[in-house]
Parts: sequence; C-alpha cells; structure tokens
Amino acid sequence: MELLVASAIGVLTASGVYLVLRGRSFPVVLGLALLSYAVNLFLFASGRLAVDLPPVIRAAGSYTDPLPQALVLTAIVISFGMTAVTVAMAVRSFLESGDDGVGAAGAADEEDAGRR
Amino acid sequence: MALALIVILPFAGALLPALFARLGRGASALAAFGVSALALGLLLSLAPQVFGGEVVHAGRPWLPRLGLNAHLFLDGLGFLFALLILVIGLLVIVYARFHLPARDPGGRFHALLLLFQGAMLGIVLSDNVLLLLVFWELTSLASFLLIGYWRHLPESRQGARMALTVTAGGGLALIAGMLILGDIAGSYDLTVILQRGDAIRASPQYLPALLLILGGCFTKSAQFPFHFWLPHAMAAPTPVSAYLHSATMVKAGVFLLARLWPVLSGTDAWFYLVATTGLVTMLVGAVVALFRDELKALLAYSTVSHLGLVTMLFGFGTPLAAVAGVFHILNHAIFKAALFMNAGIVDHEVGSRDLRHLGGLAALMPLTATIGAVAAASMAGVPLLNGFLSKEMMLDAAAQAQWAGQGWVVPLVATLAAMFSVAYSLRYAAQAFFVRRHEAYRKKVRDPALGLWLPPMLLVALVVLIGVFPGTFAGPLVTTAAKAVVGAPVRSYDLALWHGVTPALALSVFAFAGGGILLWRYADARRLWLAAPQPQAKPAFDAAVAAVTEFCRAVTDGLHDGSLRHYLGWIIAGALVVGVGGFLGGGHEAGTRATLAAPPVAIVAWLLLVACCAGVLAFERRRMLALVMLGVVGLIVAFGFLYLSAPDLALTQIAVEVVTVILMLLALTVLPHETPRGTRRLRRLGDAALAAVAGLGAGAAAFALMTRDFDSLSSYYLERSLPDGGGANVVNVILVDFRGFDTFGEIIVLGIAALAVFALVDGARGLTRTGVAPGMLAADLHPLLLAVVARVMLPLALVVAAYVFFRGHNAPGGGFVAGLIVAIALIMQHVAGGTGWAVRRMHVDAPVLIGAGVLLAATTGLAAWVFARPFLTSTYGHFALPLVGAVEVASATAFDAGVFLAVVGAVMLMLASLARVGRGRAKRAAAPAVPPTAARRAED
Repeated sequence: MELLVASAIGVLTASGVYLVLRGRSFPVVLGLALLSYAVNLFLFASGRLAVDLPPVIRAAGSYTDPLPQALVLTAIVISFGMTAVTVAMAVRSFLESGDDGVGAAGAADEEDAGRR
Repeated sequence: MALALIVILPFAGALLPALFARLGRGASALAAFGVSALALGLLLSLAPQVFGGEVVHAGRPWLPRLGLNAHLFLDGLGFLFALLILVIGLLVIVYARFHLPARDPGGRFHALLLLFQGAMLGIVLSDNVLLLLVFWELTSLASFLLIGYWRHLPESRQGARMALTVTAGGGLALIAGMLILGDIAGSYDLTVILQRGDAIRASPQYLPALLLILGGCFTKSAQFPFHFWLPHAMAAPTPVSAYLHSATMVKAGVFLLARLWPVLSGTDAWFYLVATTGLVTMLVGAVVALFRDELKALLAYSTVSHLGLVTMLFGFGTPLAAVAGVFHILNHAIFKAALFMNAGIVDHEVGSRDLRHLGGLAALMPLTATIGAVAAASMAGVPLLNGFLSKEMMLDAAAQAQWAGQGWVVPLVATLAAMFSVAYSLRYAAQAFFVRRHEAYRKKVRDPALGLWLPPMLLVALVVLIGVFPGTFAGPLVTTAAKAVVGAPVRSYDLALWHGVTPALALSVFAFAGGGILLWRYADARRLWLAAPQPQAKPAFDAAVAAVTEFCRAVTDGLHDGSLRHYLGWIIAGALVVGVGGFLGGGHEAGTRATLAAPPVAIVAWLLLVACCAGVLAFERRRMLALVMLGVVGLIVAFGFLYLSAPDLALTQIAVEVVTVILMLLALTVLPHETPRGTRRLRRLGDAALAAVAGLGAGAAAFALMTRDFDSLSSYYLERSLPDGGGANVVNVILVDFRGFDTFGEIIVLGIAALAVFALVDGARGLTRTGVAPGMLAADLHPLLLAVVARVMLPLALVVAAYVFFRGHNAPGGGFVAGLIVAIALIMQHVAGGTGWAVRRMHVDAPVLIGAGVLLAATTGLAAWVFARPFLTSTYGHFALPLVGAVEVASATAFDAGVFLAVVGAVMLMLASLARVGRGRAKRAAAPAVPPTAARRAED
C-alpha cells in the first residue's frame, strides 16, 4: 500500500512539474492542480497510513494521526484559493493580450514565438 | 533610571519638534532645546557618582538568549562623550535656529538632530555591543538624512549617499567584528568583554576581529583611505557639520577605539594598524587642508587630520598616549565646533565661504573675527589655548614612539603634520579676517545676531579657560575618562601649561617655524601642490558604484527575463539540487515500519490514477478532455483519503474537486480550448527529465517517510480532544479549537484570494476577446432540465449542508465541507439559470458573507477575553431540548459557522466573477445558433 501511495505521489509530482513547465497558462493551471494533489498526499502520508482507524473518538480503539489530516484539510482549501487566483490571472492575461502564453512579454515562450 | 532616560529622551522628544513645526521654527527649536537640556540635567545629576569613581548601570534584558541586552552604563569615558554630545548639541540647536533659512522645514531638522543625538548617546552609553551596533547604524542613518537635508541639491544627495555607503559598509564589518569579539569573550556585555582582555588578545580570532572592528572605526572616523566621504558630507547645513562631522559622529570611531582600548591594544598588530593609519591620516589630512580654499572643505580635511592624530595616540598603546587622546578629543570637539560655526557665520553674513574672495573681515565683524582667530590659533597649537596642551602631549608621545625599531619616523611625520596644521590654521584666520581685500563686499557685512555668535563664543571661552587653567576646567573630566579607558588610575601625568624645555616643545617650535615659512611661501607651495598628481575620490567612488549597479542589473535581468517557465525551472532544479545533494551527503537505510497489504481495489484505483495522469499529459492540447481526466485524478485522491482513515479529507476533497472543475470550465469559456503545437522536442525532453527526477524524489521521500516510526505531538490532540474541546472528531476540533488561530488566518486568506479573483476578472469587463471558436459552446445556454433539477436540488443540498455542519464536531463534516456544499448548490443555480437570474435572487453579496464569516469567527475568539481567557479559548456545554433531547453546544460551533460563511462567500465570489466574464462571450458565441426567444431568456 505504501508503495502504491508513494508511487502515486511520484507520478502526480512528475506530471505536475511537466505541465507547469509548459508555455501556456491552462496547462500550467492543470499542473498546479496536480502538484497540489501530490503535496497534499505527501503531507497526509507523513502521518503514516492506516486503514479503518479514523481519528474520531470511540469507546475503544486506536486512531490514525489526526494532525496531518488537519493540516491537509487546510491545505486543500488554500490550494483551491491559489488555483482560483491562478485561473483568474490566466483569464485576465488572456483578455488583456489575446494570448495565453506565460513567456516573456506575453508570448508563449521565446522558442515558439517565431512560429506563430 | 536617569541613565536610561538620557538615551530615551531624545528619541521620544524627536516627536515634539515635528509636532511643533506648525508653530514656526522657534517652537520646534525650543522643543528640541528643552529635550536636550533635560537630558543634560539628568546627566549632570549623575556626575557626582561618576567623579566618585562609580560606574552607573541601568537597563533590562531584551533578548537574553541572543545575548542582546538593553544594558547601559556610565563611566568616565561615557560621561565625557555624553557631555560633549549634549552641550554641543544645545549650542548647535540655538545656532541652527538663527542660521537656517526660515523657509527650510525646521521641524524635520530638529527631529533628525534629536534622533541623531539619541543614537549617539546610545553608542557612548551602551553596555552591550549588540545594542551599541544598533545605535551605530542609527547614527549612520541620521547622518545620511541630515547631510541630505537639502534634498533639492544634487551634491547633498550624492554626499549623503557616499557617507552612508562608506559608514554603513564599515558598520557591516563592525557587526562581524563585534560578533567575533563577543564569541571569544563569551558575552556581548561590554563590562564582561572589558575584563577578558588577555583571553581576547591570545585568541586566534583576535586578528580577524581586530581588522573588522577597525574597518568600522576607520570608516566612521574618516581615516585614510576611507576619509573621502567627510569632505563630501560638507554639503550638509553648517550646524550639522559642526555637530556631526566635527564634534560627535566622526568621534564615534575613535570612541570605540578608546572603549575597546583595554581589550584590543598592546599588540603589534594594534600598534602598526592603528598608529600607522592615524599617522598617515594626520599628515594627508593636514596637507590637503592647506590647499583648500573653501572654508568648510579646509575644516573637513583638518578634522580628518585631527581624527588621525587621536587614532595614532590610541594606537601607541601606552596609557599616557591614551590620556592625550582623550584630552584631544575634548579639545578638538570644542575648537572645531566653534570653527564650523564661525565659517557658517561668514557664509551667512558675507554669502561666500571661499578664502580667495574673503579678507579684511576683522574690521567689519570683530566678534566673528575674534572667534575665528582664537579657535584657529588653538587648532594650530598656540600656547595658552587648549589645542596647545594636547598637541604637546601628542608630540611628547610621538617623540617616544618606535616605529619598526626606528625612533625618528613617528616624530618626523607628526611634526610635519603639525607644521601643515599650523599653516592651514593660520591661513584660515589670516586670509579670512586679516589680509586686506581689494574690492568692497557687495552687501553690508557686520556681526550677526546674538544667537549666531554666542554659541561659538561660549566654546571659545572654554578654549581659553582650558588653555590657561587645564587642571581646573578639564582635569577631573579627563582624569576620570582616562581612567575608564586605561582601566586603572594613570600614573602621574600633569595637565599643565609649562613642562619645561622638553623634546615636545622643541618639535612644537619646529612646527611653528615650518608652518610660518609654508604660509610665507604659500604661492610656491601651491604651485608645487597643483603640479603633483591628485587622485580624486569622487569619480572613483562613482565609477565603483556604477559598476556594482551595472553588475546587479545584468544579474537581475539575466535571471528575471519574464518567462514563467524559466523561473519555475530554476526553482524546481534548485530544489532538486538541494534534495539530491542532501540525500547523497547523508547515509540511507531502508525504513523498518511494517507496510500495509494492498487490496485489489487499491491497485485498480492506482492504475486508474496513473492512466489519468498520463491522459492529462497526452491530451494536454485538448483542454476539455484534460480537465475531465484531472477530475478523475481528484476523485481517486478523495477515494484514497476515505480508504486511509481520513473521512474529513475525502469529503473536503470531493467538494473542492467539484468547485475546481467548475472554475476551470468557466475559464474555458474565455481561454482557447486547444493548445497550439510549438514547443521543441528537445525542450519537451528536458522538461520531462526534470519532471521525472522530481517525481522520483518526491515518491522516494514519501516512501521513506511512510516506512518509518516516529513520534509526533498527535497523541496530545487525541487525548485532549474530548475533554478539552468537547468534540469526538479530532480533526475538526484541531481546526476550530486547538489550532483555531491558524484556521482564522486561513479563512482570511481565502477571502483575500476571492477578492483578488474578483478584482482581476472584474477589471477586465470591457475586454471582449475570446479564444473559444464559434460553435464550441452548447447552443442552449440554460437547458430546461438542468434548471429544474438544480432548483429542486437546492433545498436538499442546504439540508445536507446543515447536517454536515452540525455533525462536524463529533463526526466527519464541519464548516469547510458544509460551506463548499452550499456554494456548489448555489453555483448550480448560476449555471442552470444564468448569473443574472441567480444574482437577482441572492439577497446577500458574497463579499458581505466573507466579511460576516471573518467577523463571526473573530467575535467568537474575542468573547473569550470577556472571561479573561486568551483569544479563541473555547468552551462547551450540554443542554436538554424538548423533542430533540440532549444537545451539545460548543463555542467552537460559532467559530465553525464563521468558517462556513467565509467559505460560502469566497467560493461564490470566485465562481460568480469568472462566470460573469464568461457569460457575455458565451452569449455572443452562441447567438447565431439560438432562436431570438432563447437569446432573450439567456439575458436572465
């Protein structure tokens, strides 16, 4: 199970990093979303994994670590806020320039600026 | 207490002149005068103790763990300097009142002067080197502001900048030196450091500490080769020059030499560094001063020379030389302040400070001429004046000094410097006041008002009194100060006028003869001087500054090229280098924690997640499809949370996932749906390599973390959740109770993010671009079925939200999730019925909801204050209600309600803003395909 979660974090991170390095705003937004999944899972994993031990106090029993969960809950909401601001910036920058590139001077990037 | 007040008063009092500035410059000068006088009174009240040999201590710990204590102490040396600072400060305040033009902002001037005074007092009274450093930098800043007082003059600004660059640069060196010194001594308290002299001198770090500290002292006290800033600082108003750049601030460097004399002096390194620098500075300053025609420039170089003299005396390292140094500090401050004020009077009355245009002023302004002549004579070292006494002591000490085994070097250079000093002093007095002038002055020249000539006249009176009766007027002061420097009573020395025929007297006579000849043959000397090469400091300094600026700009522009990809690439690659470096640098063992078995369903979910990630990458160009894949990834993550005992996270993740996808869909009503091709293959490969390494690193780190056992503070929360927070759902109790302050900050951040989205998108209302090809959007903007279902779902969704909210304290749920559910239900109305339709039926603005939520959370927190508990302390109780039964009410529930409202408001504001910007475009894109009736309905 640990291996599955760890490799999932790795796959999410790799996909996210690749996407944020694209030259246009929408893939960057997608990449940020994937990266926030990865980071949230990573934080969550720092509490180690447990099945059927939710941190809700019962008559008896053991619990998983509640602290990373509280942190991640906050992180999920904050990363949503960040995604929203990024999306708004992408929309605004497109409306201003008619181009959704994130390179220098609004161009998608210097490398493909000449191709359009 | 009185001691602390001496330092605090000027700082606090600096407000008064600024406040009184409206009442005219008289009022602000009076306020500054009153503050300084009060501080002086306090200082004098401590005089009996100081002269009794006592060291007065005051202060309290500030940051004891860092060794930074707000400790002050007053010994003889501190007393001498504090007295100089306050007495000359009072005279300068009076003088400035009459000297500065009425149109200048007097409030600012006096406020800055008081700030400087406080900082300077702080330096001389600090018992903690870290505290001293704070005041040290403050004097540099105050000096910067005062030199640049006439902001409209370029030379003021340039001079101020140069002074700041040099002195603050030296200040940085000083900080490093002091830290090393404190490290060796084991304490940053001066009282302790002063007792560890032997240990410090024996330490291998002694030399670096010495070099760095001297860097600070030499820049501040304008020692060669750092002296060049002082003449440029003469762009300051003359009262500032008289106060900061002759009597006080430039003495901070030599003060520190005196303060640390018991600790640092007595080694060869000290002697050669300090004495040689002083000697060279003394000669260079004196020679240059002779050939300056501008009165203030002449005085500035002479100040450089005299500071060199004092530095050299401390450099000799003998107690007698140190006494002479202390005595000369006092004498120089007195006659040099008088001379600056005198030059200021000439400038004020005649309108020129150029010796070539002055002359014959003795007949026109006798009082001014008297002041100038007596003070200049003292500077030259004429008997019966105070300058003579300390100069004799200096020559005496110089005559005994051996430089590299040679007994003639120091006396020769010192006598040469004294000779030039005689020449420029006499030139100052003679050319300004006594030599006949050929043409008449353009305006009527006469002695100034009382306020201008009285302050320097008082100083000149001191010059004569100390010169004739040194034992009476300076004896006790110098003796106690010298005792503080040397650390023990100094063996017999005699502040007296006549010591008999000594070598020093012979050197003095030589100096006078030589100086006289120099002045007699001044025209020849000047021709020689002009023929000699003259390195100019300012162009070199400007070129150095320009080069540094250019370098910084090149680096900045190189890195900051406007390409997001480059920035992120650097950040990610940097993080990888740090991570990989750390990994390779340390050892690695496999974790020992037992792993969980993976059930088939988890493997299926994993496969789906990997497939969808690949899908997002593969369909990156077809954005709608990529978005769908992203949604699947989010759902699998939520499923993972649920399976791995985190029901709260699963709920939140699902709700956030829905909102995120809606948000991105809204963005796609504006942004193009297709990404054009165009990145090079090589670049894609490079990015993929970077991404692969990052993914590998993150995955490996996560695996290493999960396979290890370690303790965290979670057990505390598990134990205290029910008894202290009154809730069984520990995650929720942490959020709204234990870490409520974090959550409070978080909802504020979310609210700000929502407002930022609103501002960003709303500002673009007039722009009508769209990247969406016609026909890409649904023809029917608001399908009937969707509208009906959404309206039916609304009350149901609200009930679910209420249920989730109230169970949150004891079971998975809570304000965040409930807020998201309500927001989704409401946004469905926007999608189904149109934003205009929905907004007309929502009677509350989203920003109001955000504000109400934050206020509610804050009020809940503040309510704890009523019960004298810290912010956000919570309480709970159980109540029995008819029909419902036992109900638990926790104050945290009210806090959670605040979270709920803020989340609803923030999410609504974000989505509605984006929906509105998309709406106009969608309509236009869809218009041709829709019948007129449908288009009208879409107006809703």
